Amino acid sequence: MSIRVQTEDFDVGAEVAELTAGRADIGAIVTFTGLVRDHAGSGGGAELIAAMELEHYPGMTEKALAEIEAEAHQRWPLQATTIIHRFGRLSPGDRIVLVVAASAHRQAAFDAAAFLMDYLKTRAPFWKKEETPDGGRWVDARCEDDAAAERWRKG
Amino acid sequence: MKVLYFAWLRERIGVGAEDVDAGGAATVADLIETLKGRDARYAAAFGDLSAVRVALDQEQAELDASLAGAREVAFFPPVTGG
Repeated sequence: MSIRVQTEDFDVGAEVAELTAGRADIGAIVTFTGLVRDHAGSGGGAELIAAMELEHYPGMTEKALAEIEAEAHQRWPLQATTIIHRFGRLSPGDRIVLVVAASAHRQAAFDAAAFLMDYLKTRAPFWKKEETPDGGRWVDARCEDDAAAERWRKG
Repeated sequence: MKVLYFAWLRERIGVGAEDVDAGGAATVADLIETLKGRDARYAAAFGDLSAVRVALDQEQAELDASLAGAREVAFFPPVTGG
């Protein structure tokens, strides 16, 4: 289990190599990488984004990510996980977040990676501010993200 | 107690962290009322509580939660990481 909150970029290949080094029991690795888009919103033709500033709550961020990671390990037979989230000023195309889930079989790895991202997006204390031609604007939380996290609720 | 503000709450209030004498505030909602009484910046920041989330000692809590034993209270908008 590994959690990092950092300003520096990360190398997806290097993270996977580190996670699998010296072991042959892992049968499946799923990675998710989140990038900064150059347009606000999900549709085309939206406002152009020059940069993004990511703020977080040092202390609570690490705690929240550790709880999310521990819950994933309780739910699925995972051999290893990595969560890296960047903060500070990022540009379009930059990597923001990495989630890696390793398991003996693919389904647990796929599901755990999706779960980690869905919970991270709704529980980890990060806030995005977009720099647009009209000035800075804090990104609004999306109800689609709440719905995505909701589907993992038990019972 | 230590009170922290993040994102647009921090911007509207103008500080990221401050020590607050919570006085007789028993709950988070009481503390918000106390803060709103300070000046217009706080009143504006806490104008729409549906957009405000709170953490007590770095754990998410409800606005009606008790402040008993809390050392650090953080106010912030719904999270938008990932």
